[in-house]
Amino acid sequence: MELIPSIKPLLAVLVSLAVIPVLVSSSEKPNVREAWTFVAGTVKFLLVVSMLPAVMGGNQIVLTLFKIAPGADIAFRVDALGMLFALVASSLYIVTSMYSIGYMRGLNEHGQTRFVSFFALAISATIGAAFSANLLTLYLFYEILSLATYPLVAHHQDAKSRISGRRYLTFILGTSIGLVLPAMIWCYHATGTLEFSAAGIFTDQLSKPSATVLLLMFVFGFAKAGIMPFHSWLPAAMVAPTPVSALLHAVAVVKVGVFSIARVITGIFGIEFLASFDLGAIVAGIASVTILVSSGIALSQDEFKRRLAYSTIGQLSYIVLGAALLSPKGVTGGLLHIAMHAFGKITLFFCAGAIFVATGKKYLSQMVGIGYRMPVTMTAFFIGALSIIGLPPTGGFISKWHLVLGTLEGDQMVMLFVLLTSSLLNAAYFMPIFYKAFFCTKEEAMFERKVDEAPMMCVIPLVITALISFALFFAPQPFLDLATLAVNGFIGG
Amino acid sequence: MNELLSLIVAKYNYWLYIILMMIGLYAMITKNNLIKKLVGMNIFQTAIILFYVSIGYKRDATIPIIQGDAGHGAGEAVIRAADYINPLPHVLMLTAIVVSVATFGVALTLCVKVYQRYQTLEEDELRMRLSEK
Amino acid sequence: MNNYPALVVVAPLLGALFAGITAWVEDRFTFPIVLTSLGIGVAAAISNMALVLTSGTIQYKMAGWMPPMGIEYRIDTLNAMVMLLVSVIAFLNLAASYWNVRQETPDRAGSFYVMYLLFVVGLLGVVATGDLFNLYVMIEITSLSSYTMVALGDKNRAPLAALNYIFIGVIGASLYLLGVGYIYIKTGSLNMADVATMVPHMKESSSLLVAFILCIIGVWIKMALFPLHVWLPNAYAYAPVGFARIVAPLMTKVMVYAMVRLMISVFGMDYVFNTLDLAEGVVWMGTIAILAGGFMALSQKNLKKMLTYIIVCEIGYMVGGAWLGNELGMTGAILHILNDALMTFALFLAVGNMVYKLDRVDIADLQGLFGKMPWTMAGFVLAAFSIVGVPPTCGFFSKWYLILGAFEAGAYHFAAALLISSLICAVLFFKVFEVCFFEPMSDGHGDGHHGHDNAVAMAEAPASSLVVLAIVSVSLIAAGVYSGTIVDTVILPFLR
Repeated sequence: MELIPSIKPLLAVLVSLAVIPVLVSSSEKPNVREAWTFVAGTVKFLLVVSMLPAVMGGNQIVLTLFKIAPGADIAFRVDALGMLFALVASSLYIVTSMYSIGYMRGLNEHGQTRFVSFFALAISATIGAAFSANLLTLYLFYEILSLATYPLVAHHQDAKSRISGRRYLTFILGTSIGLVLPAMIWCYHATGTLEFSAAGIFTDQLSKPSATVLLLMFVFGFAKAGIMPFHSWLPAAMVAPTPVSALLHAVAVVKVGVFSIARVITGIFGIEFLASFDLGAIVAGIASVTILVSSGIALSQDEFKRRLAYSTIGQLSYIVLGAALLSPKGVTGGLLHIAMHAFGKITLFFCAGAIFVATGKKYLSQMVGIGYRMPVTMTAFFIGALSIIGLPPTGGFISKWHLVLGTLEGDQMVMLFVLLTSSLLNAAYFMPIFYKAFFCTKEEAMFERKVDEAPMMCVIPLVITALISFALFFAPQPFLDLATLAVNGFIGG
Repeated sequence: MNELLSLIVAKYNYWLYIILMMIGLYAMITKNNLIKKLVGMNIFQTAIILFYVSIGYKRDATIPIIQGDAGHGAGEAVIRAADYINPLPHVLMLTAIVVSVATFGVALTLCVKVYQRYQTLEEDELRMRLSEK
Repeated sequence: MNNYPALVVVAPLLGALFAGITAWVEDRFTFPIVLTSLGIGVAAAISNMALVLTSGTIQYKMAGWMPPMGIEYRIDTLNAMVMLLVSVIAFLNLAASYWNVRQETPDRAGSFYVMYLLFVVGLLGVVATGDLFNLYVMIEITSLSSYTMVALGDKNRAPLAALNYIFIGVIGASLYLLGVGYIYIKTGSLNMADVATMVPHMKESSSLLVAFILCIIGVWIKMALFPLHVWLPNAYAYAPVGFARIVAPLMTKVMVYAMVRLMISVFGMDYVFNTLDLAEGVVWMGTIAILAGGFMALSQKNLKKMLTYIIVCEIGYMVGGAWLGNELGMTGAILHILNDALMTFALFLAVGNMVYKLDRVDIADLQGLFGKMPWTMAGFVLAAFSIVGVPPTCGFFSKWYLILGAFEAGAYHFAAALLISSLICAVLFFKVFEVCFFEPMSDGHGDGHHGHDNAVAMAEAPASSLVVLAIVSVSLIAAGVYSGTIVDTVILPFLR
């Protein structure tokens, strides 16, 4: 493994930050503004992709920005795990930007400049978190992301979004300041470093009880991962415009949460350290509870986006569960699920938004027969739902397959049972939507049998992401290779 | 008892300044009238000035001006520090007095301001006026 | 011998003299003179800093008298930094407050500027001096000018607030003076470095103990450590904005500096922590100050008042940190002097802008402010995040050192208080943001045909204030990311 110094990670973070002044100054010219968003998004994506070959070759790209204290600099290091996440987030940002044009203009939303500006800030912070070389840098971007998302969640500026915004901040800031910060300082105090390393930073400073407490502080503290009982901000955050729910609350923000947990498990504690204390089981247990309970709650949700939100909570815990299995296949499956779930879930959110733009409907009970009016959207929905359930031929199958293998590898039959039950539940809360959309009598149908889709700018993105979900079944290599590479680094190396 | 008495007598300057200080502090805390508070404040400051002045004093010593013939004769006389009282604390107090006078002046001005605005200098009445609004 | 240390202090002093004359003769020239004198002060402070960094501690003997007889200015990295901080903030604030002064004290602008300069002279003197009695004089110069400045504020409330400030301020200064008296009795010297050499030989002396306690309590009163804080909120909230902006960030911080100086350079860490058994209690006092300040801030309806209680809270950070008794805690406390000055300055700059436009700053009056004053609010938000301790703003990094120090000292209650205060501050500021952002309530889809909301017309503060706010906001982040450098080049050389 080689360490390649390069400024590219910084550029990838800064590019959408640098474009914000331009966005603000062109607020009177929406087309110019949107064009700049695309330029920034594309440049960011290309910068990320340009680092891919080096990372695939087993190297890491490093850059130290500021020296704060020994072992805790503000620094970037692009490894396979970070690359995997950055690739997902930056590619989906472009698609979402396109979608939000259709959505925001379709609904004639106010404050669009503010919206795109904070969106750009949020995606910068996401990439920054992906490329962080140590816990301090990760925490820094984690907090920036929390705060940048607040104006997006509270976008409507009405009483409901005020309450939701408050809940969002209480959970996210409360846990990060109350749990992660002291846990981080505890780590630094004990070891004098926060640098991620496969062997972990601890040698013999921790007894089993304190290691347990520390681990739980991290797992619950990164509340963006939606581990119960710190999950209820996510359904509340669904008051945000759908592009926010789609990119941030299915991909960027929540994935930063699980990504952070994965980083802590693999880079701060180290898989072998946790295995030696047998701590994986605790995290896996917490994740399993979250998976089952949230899937159950999702069944009873009538509001489309809330159902998706509870589904997200469950799926996020798959990733945590995968990492907590501490076996090569399990961790691979977990990391892979970051990507697979992202493409699937964003499709579903795009669909929910498209339906809202086209018909103004938010509740599933009002969507009987929608398939005849919006066939493209609902077909995409079907593919996305398959991917989340984990059925072939979609990408979700690949990640769940690895997760299942991981449970077998670790001989953890309970977890296997959890995974399978949850898949059934997933099917139970998605399939009726699809069924009612197409298979209903004429009397039941609430829409005329005339095709009337949402604006093109809404439909194209969801078709793209659905196709990618589909394609990932046949060609999961970029993500699978990255995940494998990352896991080899954590366990083999 | 005798020991205590002798301690008090031996260090009577300290006891005096402490008593004075406490009188001042007492007035500042308990008096209702702002002017009385100011007087208390001044006593408080003066107590400290007296303390400083007293610590410069030495028994059987004289004012710190070197005696002898003006000019070249002075250099030859042997100067014994114990013969002269220490002038430094006294000089310091010149500054402290200036400070306390200035503070007192500012405070009096403010009292005038307060009186012009509220027609009273009694604290309880002032508090009532303030809570009315 | 170069004269930079003296120049830093003397430039504003002469400026005050000239400003006093011109204010009398021709008022138009006052402001430029004041600005120039502070500008010279800043330049001298920068040269001073550069000199200290390259060639180590400077000893400047006033009028050529040899210490310990004469008064000595002893400039090491710590006070070079604080001097730079004071002069820069004084300069920037003056530039920002021109319009505020014209609005609030139009007929007494001249006296405002003169007192302003004298206040700055006092602060710089406190920082520069190496003489215990001179420190007293400088503290009193600072206090006297701030009494008068506070009285220039709100016509109804300010005189009384200033009077209460005087009563408590005089007690504080007098206690300090008394402490100096005892030091003089014991050591026969007033020079800090000279005293420091004698302290180790008289550790058991009860007079020295009394001296130490009196000095420290005096300084605590001046810095408004809870429960000695009662004078601060009213005095700062009713002062004219142009002055509140400088006294809030600097006065308490300079007093913290004085405490650190007394602890390290006069009595010595060994005496403070090994001979005396006070440290644990004082850290508890810091903890209580943090929590009490935070909770009192929660109950405030006025934005200015709320910020003043946050100052009380922040004082707890620094006192507690300094008394943790380890290098990390002291580093955190010193770093926080710098950081807290910057962030409090940014907050009060923003509030000054609001006052300029809105007159009243009860939190309920701030409706729609994000639309009305976007730039001011941007600065305010950044400063608020710094107070909360969100990286990469500087507030995070001093908190980082403080919490590390608390861990090392085993003072977990102090670490917990720091975290809780972060949360309280988050609540405080988001309460304000919510009013600014959500009210007046919209239906969420109102007048969007251009894709942006112009429900409230923009009405920003004068450009000069905004530029200064922008500079300070950037410095919040710069001080944050370069805190490693600051610690390595300024604080650790001082501590070791």
